[in-house]
Amino acid sequence: MKYLSEFRDAAIVKTLLNNISKTVTRQWNIMEVCGGQTHGLVRHGILDMLPDQVRMIHGPGCPVCVTPVSLIDKAVELCLEHDVILCSYGDMLRVPGTEMSLQKARASGGDVRILYSPLEAVEIARSNPDREVVFFAVGFETTAPANALSVVRAKQLQLTNYSILSAHVMVPPAMEAIMDDTDTQVHGFLAAGHVCTVMGLSEYEPLVEKWKMPVVVTGFEPVDLLEGIWMVISQLENGEHRLENQYKRVVSNQGNRQAVELVKKVFEYRKRDWRGIGEIPLSGLFVKEEFVDFDAAIKFKDIKIPETVDTECLSGDIMKGKIKPPECPHFGSKCTPEHPLGAPMVSSEGACAAYYQYKMQS
Amino acid sequence: MSKKLDFQLSCPMPEMDFDTITIGHGGGGKLTQNLLKKGVFSLLDNEWLREQDDAATLSLNGSVAFSTDSFVVSPIIFPGGTIGDLAINGTVNDMAVCGARPSFLSLSFILEEGLKMDDFWQILVSIREACAEAGLKVVTGDTKVVERGKGDQIFINTTGIGYVHPKAKMGVKSIREGDAIILSGPLARHGIAIMSKRKGLEFETQLKSDTRPLHTICNQLVDKFGDAIHLMRDPTRGGAATVLHEIAGQSGFGIDLFEKNLPIDEEVAGACEMLGLDPLFVANEGLFIAVVDSAIAKQFLETVKNWQFGKEASIIGNITEEHPRQVVLSSIIGGKRVLPQASGELLPRIC
Repeated sequence: MKYLSEFRDAAIVKTLLNNISKTVTRQWNIMEVCGGQTHGLVRHGILDMLPDQVRMIHGPGCPVCVTPVSLIDKAVELCLEHDVILCSYGDMLRVPGTEMSLQKARASGGDVRILYSPLEAVEIARSNPDREVVFFAVGFETTAPANALSVVRAKQLQLTNYSILSAHVMVPPAMEAIMDDTDTQVHGFLAAGHVCTVMGLSEYEPLVEKWKMPVVVTGFEPVDLLEGIWMVISQLENGEHRLENQYKRVVSNQGNRQAVELVKKVFEYRKRDWRGIGEIPLSGLFVKEEFVDFDAAIKFKDIKIPETVDTECLSGDIMKGKIKPPECPHFGSKCTPEHPLGAPMVSSEGACAAYYQYKMQS
Repeated sequence: MSKKLDFQLSCPMPEMDFDTITIGHGGGGKLTQNLLKKGVFSLLDNEWLREQDDAATLSLNGSVAFSTDSFVVSPIIFPGGTIGDLAINGTVNDMAVCGARPSFLSLSFILEEGLKMDDFWQILVSIREACAEAGLKVVTGDTKVVERGKGDQIFINTTGIGYVHPKAKMGVKSIREGDAIILSGPLARHGIAIMSKRKGLEFETQLKSDTRPLHTICNQLVDKFGDAIHLMRDPTRGGAATVLHEIAGQSGFGIDLFEKNLPIDEEVAGACEMLGLDPLFVANEGLFIAVVDSAIAKQFLETVKNWQFGKEASIIGNITEEHPRQVVLSSIIGGKRVLPQASGELLPRIC
C-alpha cells in the first residue's frame, strides 16, 4: 500500500465512472467544499469524464481566497513599516491586497518568509529576540492545531516577540451560509476530508438533518473523489440523506482529539468576514484572552487598516457556486494569475486558478 | 563517489591568510593575487591561465556555439554537487543540447564577504573536477567581493565556447507533426534535493542532485541520428513543463503529453506530494528533452537507455497539429488537462 498510485488507478476510475453513469437518472448539483478537491477534479481531467447530469459546484474551501483584504494589508504594513519578520504559508504570498501582495512587499524590502510549519516561526522568534515575528495563521481546521501549538510553545518559551495574525475560518458555518442563500442549487456535499481528519464527523450530522441532504466526507485523489460523488448520487437517487465517510483510511468519527483540544485551548469562535462572501456568524477562530500577548491583532491594534472590498472580482459568486470561473467577464482577460483581480485566481486551491491552469482554452 | 573522495583528499586546501573571504580579497592587490594563485590558478592550471593576460587568445575555426549562464543556487553545497560543478555543467549542457562540444570557458565569481574559505575551496575543487570531466579549459575569469548582506555567499557566471557537430541541424523550425518527445531520465531530482536542504524546509531524503554534463551523450546522439533530431533542450529552472511550453510556443505546434510515461522516482513523487509541488515544474540539472523524427524514436530511445544515466528514458509525448501552442496532458486515469505555464516562484501549498 503506497497510498498514492492505488488511488490514481485507471481501471478503478473507469469502474466508478460506470457506476455513476448507471446510477444517475437526472441532473444533480454536488458541491465539493474544499479547494483541494476542486484542483483534484480539474487536474486529473475528471470534470470532463463525468456524465452530463452530474454538475460539480466548486465550494468556498480555499482559506486563502476568503482571507479578508484588510488582513493582507495589515500583514503587508507590518513587514514594510514596522520591521516585523512576517512568516507565512506559501499560498498567501501572491494574493492581492489593496496596494500589494506579500510577494510584492518582500520585493519592496519587507522581511517575508515562507514556512511549512508555524513552529519554525517560533524558532525564528527565539533566535531574533530583538525583532517582532508574526505568523500569518491562515487556514481551515486543518492548519489551526499547528498554529495553536505555536502559541502554546511560544508561551512555554516565554517569548515576548512572537504573535499570530489569525485568519482562521471554519467549514461547517460556511456550508450553512451557502445553504441559507436562497439562490443555492446544491443537492449534496463532498465534505473536506482533511478538515474532518482533525474535527471528526459530529459537526456534520446537524447539517444533514437540517437540510435533508447527503454529505459524504471525501478525500482528494481521483478514486476518492469519484467514489464520494457516487455515494452522494446513490443517496440522492434513493431519496436518502445521510452522513457517510468515504475517506475512512484517514478520517475517524471522533477526529484528532488532541488537535481539537489544542484548538479549543488557544482559540474561540467569533463571527468572521469572508472575502467575497461577507460575514458568517461563529465562523472564525480568534486568539483567546489567555493568550492575548500572542495575538498580533491586539499587539498591533494601533495599526488601523481600512476595510476594503473587491470591486470587480466575483469571487463570492464563484465560491457559492453561482457561476463557474469562465462565466466571469474578467476571467482570463482582465484577471489572470499574473495580474489577479481576486484571490481565487492565485491561490493553489482557488477555483479560478484551477480552471485557468488546467482547462482547455478554446 | 570514491573518485570524488580520492580527489579531494589529494587536493587539500593550501594555507590561506584568512578563514573567510574579506572585502580585501576583491581589491585586486596582494590578497586577491594570493587567493587566485593558491586557489583558481593552481587548481585550474592551463596554458591560457598561466599567461595571466587581460584576455585569452583563442584560435577558432568552423561553426562555434557560445553560451552564458549565471548561478545563484542556495544552499551552495547540496547533496550531489556544489554551485561550482553546477556552473560548469550548466553551461556545458546549454551547449551540448545545441550539438556543441564545449572547449573553452570563462569563470567569474561574485563572492560575499564572510564566505568560508573551506566552502570556496570545496567549490573550486568541484569546478576542477567538472572541467576535467567535460574536457574543457577555463581560459579567463574574474573575482569580485561584495559586502556582507549584498550577495548570498557566492554567485558564479560561466560562458562557454565550443565547436558544433557538423551533423547537428537542430531548431524549432525543424519540428514536424508526429515527432516524438523523449525525456532522458527521472524528473525533479535536483530541485527536490536542493529543497530538502533549504533552510526552513529540511526533510530526510537520500536524493541527490542529478547535476552532470550531457555533452558526451548529446554528441553521440547527434553523430548517430544527425538531422533526424529536430531539437534538444535541457529542462533546468522551471522544469520540464517550461521547456515543453517553449517548444509549443516557439514552434506553433501543440504537444500531447502522457502522464503515465513520465519517469519519476518514488521518493521524488512523495516529496512533491508532501510539498504540494508538481514534478514537471521542479528544476533538473542533468536531463535533456529531445524532439525527434518518429521514424527513429525507438532507436533513439534505445541509445539513450544504453547511456549510464538514461535507463529510465521514455517517450513522454508527441508533436501534434491539434491545440496549437498548448501542452495537453493525458492524466494517469485518462482525463485530459492543459499543462499550465509556470508563473514565477514555486510556492508550496498550505494543505
